Formats: sequence, structure tokens, C-alpha cells
Amino acid sequence: MSGYGIEDLVYILPIVFLLVWALVLVLVEAFTKRPDVTMLLAAFGLLAAVTLSVIQFGTEATAFKEMLTVDGYAVFVYMLVLASGLLSLGLAYDYNRRMGWARGEYYILMLFSIAGAMLMASAANLIVVFLALELLSIPLYVMAAFVPNDASSEEAGLKYFLLGAFAGGFVLYGVALIYGATGATNLMDVVAAALGTNSPVMLLTGAALILVGLGFKVALVPFHMWTPDVYQGAPTPVTAYMAVVAKAGGFAALFRVFIAAFPSVSADLTPVIATLVVLTLVVGNVAALAQKNIKRMLAYSSISHAGFLMMAFVTYGSALYADAVTSLLFYLLAFTVTSFGSWAVVIALEKAEGKGLDFEDYAGLGKKYPMLSAAMLVFLLSFAGVPPTLGFAGKFFLFRTVLEAGYAWLAIVGVIMSLVSAFYYLRVVRFMYFEQGDPEVRSEPVLNLVTAITVVGTIFLFLFSGPLLAWASEAVLALI
Amino acid sequence: MSLNLIFFLLLALIAVLSAVGLLASRSALYSALYLIINFATVAVMYLTLHAPFIAIVQITVYAGAIMVLFLFVIMLLGAEHIGSLHPQRWFLPLALVLGILLLAEAIIIIFTQPNLLPEAQVISSDFGSPKAIGELLFNQYLLPFEATSILLLVAMIGAIVLTKPEKK
Repeated sequence: MSGYGIEDLVYILPIVFLLVWALVLVLVEAFTKRPDVTMLLAAFGLLAAVTLSVIQFGTEATAFKEMLTVDGYAVFVYMLVLASGLLSLGLAYDYNRRMGWARGEYYILMLFSIAGAMLMASAANLIVVFLALELLSIPLYVMAAFVPNDASSEEAGLKYFLLGAFAGGFVLYGVALIYGATGATNLMDVVAAALGTNSPVMLLTGAALILVGLGFKVALVPFHMWTPDVYQGAPTPVTAYMAVVAKAGGFAALFRVFIAAFPSVSADLTPVIATLVVLTLVVGNVAALAQKNIKRMLAYSSISHAGFLMMAFVTYGSALYADAVTSLLFYLLAFTVTSFGSWAVVIALEKAEGKGLDFEDYAGLGKKYPMLSAAMLVFLLSFAGVPPTLGFAGKFFLFRTVLEAGYAWLAIVGVIMSLVSAFYYLRVVRFMYFEQGDPEVRSEPVLNLVTAITVVGTIFLFLFSGPLLAWASEAVLALI
Repeated sequence: MSLNLIFFLLLALIAVLSAVGLLASRSALYSALYLIINFATVAVMYLTLHAPFIAIVQITVYAGAIMVLFLFVIMLLGAEHIGSLHPQRWFLPLALVLGILLLAEAIIIIFTQPNLLPEAQVISSDFGSPKAIGELLFNQYLLPFEATSILLLVAMIGAIVLTKPEKK
């Protein structure tokens, strides 16, 4: 048995760097107590990790005795969550100071959580999947409860923690059953052992439990109960962050684990997955119709987007799964850009103590702040999947893949639910442009920058959908 | 029936009964004590499986350190008695039906499916010894080991952030 070489560290340099950087920042924050400095250093660390990931593009290797895989798929998700981290810093910077609880630990916890999401995208062993999931989640529990002496933030943190620990237990139990069935936790060994067994009941149960646990993290119905409460109670930048990064990490691990380890039980699992997709789409969209609070509405909207993302999953046992993963990555990108943009607008309008979050508070925005409301309009159209936005391209590629895989009925459900979603997104538009009101907006340079970047991204990246899709599909090739 | 099997069934019975006691007990203190019995029984099971190191860790860490912490928290918070819950009326029957269904399903699978588990393997005599575990942990499983250390550090930072207010 050979030992480790320096190349093990080099392969996962973006993750190692980010973790070491976060550890250094713990000390920096402890001695300087300057949240601004910590935030700038955290942003620098994220930028450096992005650079390291760019260099990593094209690498295909396993590291640390096949515990981790570095391939295009992983690097794509690295870039996505690192960019999300930078956007979240932009959202949090002014907000935290405005609300009067700026603390450097916030940014440090976020770095750890991003490293967890990156590990999830790379994990080639079920033990690493579980540990990465916890590394992603534990900082999130703390960040959700970050507002001192605020009952709703504390409630959000506690609820997320208790249910999240429960979901982590599901994943762990699933891993144990799979180890019992196959004698392995390494994805490659699991699939090799699974082909030899004639009775996959244990394997199937284990895979289903992992599906439940990760389904909780990405907020699939019926494991979504926590989502509206946690999204509403948590500080808004944290909500924006977890809506994207927890989903990216969860889906990245879900796809890699199921495609690599469980193709043998896909015939049994596909109907279950299709049912989850339909439930998620219907419940997410219909419940969003009844919301009056913008944070809750966006929470249900993010549930429905988890349903769309999960749609790609019905093909996982077929030959088309490469296309499906490509459209998943593309949709994830579209969701990331659009979601951060919409949360930036929500933060611009939010007042202290949870004020300024109802639809009524958006009345008259179009007249008083035409730029901001135009940006919000773009994001809402992108959410609903109307061209010329990135959200349209995402839905288009996704539905095309689902159609090619022979799930025409699922694509029809998707289209109908997109129409339903347009209804509640346009309600916000109606308030912005056709109702009288006098909203007040905080104009903060960093926040405006985030809004500008995301609005340009939503439209501009749409024009480059083709090359982007090609990039995503190149990223996926290595997964096979 | 071999002696091994009789011993296992005895241990299993104690483990299951203590777990039921943990759930059914109205006092949080008794629940914690039942949990200690459960942990100790499982530790004996590890011993019968030739895993002495895991058995000792189970006793010292779980039955020892963690449960002492639990008991202290229960006593310091004065939460000996769990207030009676008022769940929805349809909750209990639904849970009962679903539980019975799951149990029936498990029984059917266990008695109808052959080769549910892979063949038993012959293991070397030092399997589960501290030396073997140490070698695995610091060689094959080095990355998960390091990831766990970071995970615990993050949990500590989180706990401090949440409990210690910022000094102005």
C-alpha cells in the first residue's frame, strides 16, 4: 500500500486552499476583530480559489486513495459555488452592518460551508459524501441563527438544525445499509459489487435513504416542510446563500452518487424520482400562489426549482444521462444568477425587524426606482422562464432532455407548472408597476454591484447559451 | 442453537427493550439512563464481533462522556419531565398503520429474499484491533479523518459564535 504524494494535495488544491485560508482567517478575526478586514480577506480567498479551479479545468484524477474525484463536473460546481460565495459576500456586507450585527465569523463560516459544497461535488466515497454534507450544513445552521436576540432567526436555526440532523441520519443509515449490501463505500466498488448481487433489496433501501437525506437538503417535496420557515426566519443574505449553495452541493452529490453507484437499481428508483418531481413541482408552485411575503414566495419558488432540477434525474439510468447532467448544470447556473439577483432586490427593500418584505411594499417601485424594478422584472421573468433570459434557456434545455428521454408527460407537467409560476411572479410585477406606493430603497454600492452583475448575467449569458451549454457538456463527459 | 446465537439474542432483546424504554419513559432522566443501557449492550455486541477498540470507544465516548453531558444538561435545565405533547388526533393511528406496514414489509423481505447479505468473510485475527484501526484511519481513510477534524472545529466555532455575544 503506497502512501500519499504531493499530487494528492495538488489535485484538490482549491478545496485545500480554501480550508487553510478559512483557518487562517479564524485567527485573523480573533486578533483583529475587524469584520471588514475579514470580509475582504474572505473575498480574496474565494477569488484565489476560483483561479486555482480555472487552472484545474481539464484535470481528471482521483485523489486521496479514490476518496475524491476531480473532473470537469466537479470543477464546474466548484466555480458555481465559489461565484455564489462572492455574490453572497456582496449581499451580506452592507446588510450585516445595516442590521447592526456584523461579525467576522459569518464570512469564515461561509468559507467552510463552501468548501463542504466543493467536497460534495468531488466525493467519490459515501463516507466523504456524508462528511461533506455535514461540513456544508453545520455552518448553515449557525448562519441561519446568526441574528442575536431575534426569535425568528433563532427559530430558523433550530428548526434547520434539528431537521437537518435528522436528514443527515437518513444519509448515514443509507450508507450503512449499502456497506452491508456490498461491503464497500467507494462508489466504484459499490457498483462492481452491486452487479454481482441478485437481491438488491438492501442496496435499494440504502439508495432510497440517501435520496431522502439529500432530498431534504435540496428541499424536495415531501421533505420540504422546513424550507419556508427557515428561509423566512434566516437573515436574507443567508437565505440567498443557502437557496443556491445547499442545492448545488446536494444535487452535485446526488447525481454523482446515483450515476456512479446505483445504475443497477435505476428501474426501481426512476418511478419514485418521477413522483418526487411531480409532487415538488405541484406543491411548490401551488403553495407559492398563496404567499404574501416575498421571502416565503421565493422559498416556495426555490422548492419548485428544485423540482425542475430533479427532472433531469429521471434519465439517470438511461443512455441519455450525460445530456441530463449537462442541462442540470446549465439550469443550476441559470438558477444561481437569477436567484442572487432577486435576493439582492429583496435586500435593497428590506427594513429592520422583518419590515419591507410584503408584496405591498413593492407598490410604486416602478415609478420611483425604474432601474431596480426593471432588474427585478428581469429576474422574475427569468424565474418564470420567459425569453430572453437565462431561465428560459435553462428550462428549454431541460425540457428537451426530458422529451428525448421519452418522458413527454413530465415535460408537459413542467410546462404547466411554469405557467402557474408565471402567475405569482407577475403578481410582484403588478405591484411594482400598477399599484400606488412610496417604497424606500437603500442604495448601497456593493449591493448595486451585485444587482448589476446578475442582471447583466441573466440577459447577457442567455446570448451565450450555446457555448455555455457546450462547456457544461464538456464538463460532464469526464463523469462517464 | 449455538451459544453464540443465544448470547446475541439476549443482547438484542436488552438493546431493543432499553430503546423502547427510552422512548416510552416520561422522564428525560430515565430516558438518558435507558440510553446508557442501550449503548453498553451495543458495546458488548461489538466485543462479540471481535472489535474491542470500538467497544471501548463506545463505552468511554458515548456511554461515558456524551451521556454525562446529557445528564448534566437535563439537570441544569431542570427538564426532567417532558411536558405531555398534544399531537394531531389522526397522528397516532396513522403512525401506527405506517409502522405496521413497514414492519410487515421488512418481515416479508427477510423471509422471502435469499442472499440478502453478501457471504460472510473470514477475517484476520487482528481485525478491529487498535493497531489495525489506526492503520486504516491514518492511511486509507486519511481524508475523511482530516475532514472530520475540520467539521468538529467548525461546530466549535459555531457554538461559540452563537453563545458568546460580541463585545463592543
